[in-house]
Amino acid sequence: MTATPAAAGKLQVEKTAPPPTSDRARSERRLGWLLAGPAFVVMLLVTAYPIAQAFYESLFKYRLTDPDARAFNGLGNYAVVLTDSVWWQAVGVTVLITAITVAVEAVIGFALALVMHRAITTLRPVLRTAILIPYAIITVVSAFAWLYAFDLQTGFVNSWFSWLPAISEETNWFGGFGTSVTVIIMSEIWKTTPFISLLLLAGLAQVPEDLQEAAKVDGATWWQRMYKVTIPNMKAAIMVALLFRTLDAFRIFDNVFIMTQGSQNTEVVSFLAYRQTIGRLEIGLGSAVSVLLFLCVVLISVAFIKLFRVDLSSARGGN
Amino acid sequence: MEREQTARQKSLWWVAGVIVIVYALFPVAWIVSLSFKRASDLSSREFLPTTWTWDNYDLILRGDFQDLFLSALRNSIGITLIATFIAVVLSTFCAYAIARLDFPGKKLILTTALAVSIFPVISIVTPLFNLWRNIGLYDTWPGLIIPYLSLTLPLSIWTLSAFFRQIPWELEQAAQVDGATTWQAFRRVIVPLATPGVFTTAIISFFIAWNDFVYGISLTSTEAARPVPAALAFFTGASQFEQPAGAISAAAVIVTIPVVILVVLFQRRIVAGLTQGAVKG
Amino acid sequence: MAAITMKNIVKTYGDGFQAVKDINLEIADGEFMILVGPSGCGKSTLLRMIVGLEDISGGEMLIGDERVNEKAPRDRNLAMVFQNYALYPHLTVFENIAFPLRLAKTPDAEVKERVNHAAELLELTEHLERKPANLSGGQRQRVAMGRAIVRNAQAFLFDEPLSNLDAKLRGQMRTEISRLQKRLGITTVYVTHDQVEAMTLGDRVAVLRAGVLQQVDSPRRLYQNPANLFVAGFIGSPPMNFIPATVTDDGLSTPFGDIQLPPGRSVDLSGKEIVLLGARPESFEDADVVSDTVREHGMVFDAQIDVIEWLGNEQYAYVPYEAPEQIRQQLADLERELDSEAMRTQLVVSLDASSQIEESSTASVWMDLRQVHVFDPGTGENLTAEPAPVSDETAEGQPA
Repeated sequence: MTATPAAAGKLQVEKTAPPPTSDRARSERRLGWLLAGPAFVVMLLVTAYPIAQAFYESLFKYRLTDPDARAFNGLGNYAVVLTDSVWWQAVGVTVLITAITVAVEAVIGFALALVMHRAITTLRPVLRTAILIPYAIITVVSAFAWLYAFDLQTGFVNSWFSWLPAISEETNWFGGFGTSVTVIIMSEIWKTTPFISLLLLAGLAQVPEDLQEAAKVDGATWWQRMYKVTIPNMKAAIMVALLFRTLDAFRIFDNVFIMTQGSQNTEVVSFLAYRQTIGRLEIGLGSAVSVLLFLCVVLISVAFIKLFRVDLSSARGGN
Repeated sequence: MEREQTARQKSLWWVAGVIVIVYALFPVAWIVSLSFKRASDLSSREFLPTTWTWDNYDLILRGDFQDLFLSALRNSIGITLIATFIAVVLSTFCAYAIARLDFPGKKLILTTALAVSIFPVISIVTPLFNLWRNIGLYDTWPGLIIPYLSLTLPLSIWTLSAFFRQIPWELEQAAQVDGATTWQAFRRVIVPLATPGVFTTAIISFFIAWNDFVYGISLTSTEAARPVPAALAFFTGASQFEQPAGAISAAAVIVTIPVVILVVLFQRRIVAGLTQGAVKG
Repeated sequence: MAAITMKNIVKTYGDGFQAVKDINLEIADGEFMILVGPSGCGKSTLLRMIVGLEDISGGEMLIGDERVNEKAPRDRNLAMVFQNYALYPHLTVFENIAFPLRLAKTPDAEVKERVNHAAELLELTEHLERKPANLSGGQRQRVAMGRAIVRNAQAFLFDEPLSNLDAKLRGQMRTEISRLQKRLGITTVYVTHDQVEAMTLGDRVAVLRAGVLQQVDSPRRLYQNPANLFVAGFIGSPPMNFIPATVTDDGLSTPFGDIQLPPGRSVDLSGKEIVLLGARPESFEDADVVSDTVREHGMVFDAQIDVIEWLGNEQYAYVPYEAPEQIRQQLADLERELDSEAMRTQLVVSLDASSQIEESSTASVWMDLRQVHVFDPGTGENLTAEPAPVSDETAEGQPA
């Protein structure tokens, strides 16, 4: 594996190096690619290659249980997927879950960030620790916790909240679309809000204190300071946090798998791809769904970057 | 904002802080409580057990689920640690080059890492599932370690590059003027400064790999390689439709313990690592 | 300890930019040499070439009598204090100072003795176990110096060591460095853009501009006998006034009246139309306080006083005047090069503290013509400069 990046590095150097570069600069370039190359190549091998492979396989009619019937199908699989209501249903559910989670998380995350930002020093490490636990806990574990909390047999939620008009002892949360999605969304929000709030906290810390003081002297109320000073000044952090969470939420899989297995019409795009490939061994169709999901993610990123002009390179510490 | 808070404001922020802590820990407390319930208690619909018992832990560590759980735990630990180690080693070299050396393609590497980190995992799983079956990596440790790198490598490269950029590299020169060889300057000045960043990156990488479910459930079929999160989905109770909530909870608690320990010990570093990778802080 | 000799030193970067152009400089053993100039003049690059952190593109660098061009920094045995001190954050103050000794595998007992000695010298003894992050700016500065003096280096190199300190501390540390250098008698090269440091610390000062050495001389001679417009404008605060003058048949015509240069200052002006007269603020005085015997050495003119700054021991008066467009442009360029803003053409005049001249009035001001310099506006050359003394004993650099 070390031979490849070295060769690649050399190629790169010869292509871009203007003739009069010193030996030192040239050897620095070589060393740079020698060190960075392996990581780069491995990264490409484990991601770009599978995507390319998925695209290739998506062009075939191919079912693992019937390998002899494998045949080139052009964009046929895409036609099948895109004309099937199952796909659109899954896309709809995914978009719904993504939109609600990200919107709610932005609000809660900002509140959490504010609390951490303003909390007195003694409380801060405790808060940090507490907030990191949902982030670091295994998603499947969190899904089980929420599943059992709402489950008809094991759950305490019904008995605790039966005083609410919509909830009774016998409310079957996983018996209908609305309630199932609600629980899925809640668990997703609980698990991933800490990430957003930490990014927002870092953004908050970057807003200079004297801007706040200047605004105060200028007569701004707390809300006005938030809206006119704090938030505009941490826009980059907010947009990056939202982008990453949106992409992450769009790939939701674990929660759905554990809680509903896609029943009650809660199937999301990732789960559809999984079911086609692993469950039904429809490699061709599954690959088409995977490629489409990949395209969706790319589309969302492009939309964010173009529409909101999120500057990832500057916001992510790259110069 | 306000440096001096009034007593009322102070208590308000205290209350807010307590709410945040309850919010963050409540589901964890619930699963812990569940894991200590007796079988008869499981459907009591109460938050706390009526009597506390170690039964569920006994079940997964010595009882019916022993084989399923312990092998999964072994797989999880082994695969996660190896994937983390490889990612950290590769990305340390890579991030060093990015932070320290001048060569064309730096931006390309960082952009690729960023792009890869937003890849939908499921899109990678589909082709790997087929390929792994063909080349015999299906249901093996390497069969999971390799795809885990797609999760841990980009993140490590990003985080470490951000860490390494903050190292005052002129210290290396200062050391050379002080009489150090290149190696001595690296060993005695740069390594001590870089270690915390590498360590933090390793922890975050560990979390990511430890959390994986998609690869675990798609690319394994037996106890040979199945990690804990995937194994949890295969716990079955007396009837096929009834999941053994107690055993699952106990297993969930056990795999959460290392996470909690790491978080408690290194919370400050983890926050720094997470936010440095994302927003310049 | 050793002399440092630079012969035709050139630094060219990969993109062809020449940061240092053909510099010849001899620094004698034990001499305190200042490299000064505005930012980007190549002074730091030159220092880094001495220490070996920057490759030398051309020329020869000698330390003692040994060519060091190809030597690694550690083989040059020089000690350097960096601008931001470059303290190792993971080591205590003691270990920071001991670092060069540790690298040289000095026995523990000796390390202890030498570090303690250095710490005593720098009043760091009670901080030895602390980490750099817990020190104040001045303390960090002293730790950096401790690391430099703890070993027997051939020379000290300082790269703007005081620029991160506040004004008061800077003054104290300046004295400290000066005292230390005299005590240790070690060859020192000190880079700064601060002319107060340049004037007070150095045995000699080398003024650089865009990679070219302008003048090397003692602070006093630099001040009194600048080689060109750049040096004249750079050294001194407030800076020298430059007054445009038209060459006439019987002298010079300035915005303040016609003047005749005294014999000591007369130069050959044939063929020139315009020259710049350089006069330091202290070459002016309130005509009322100038005694008659002195008065005849200068000229008296009426000046429109704009603003007066009273400083207690003296006062500065600002006298705006009109200058020809071409000259104004050139003065603006010069100001820009000297890192300052050209506000308007005006004289800055130093007046005796007892002077009663008031703001926004017309006053009678005397200019001492014996100290006036005449510059060629085209080349910037000081036409009245005395040639440098042929044998300057410090410049020869004989090792003691």
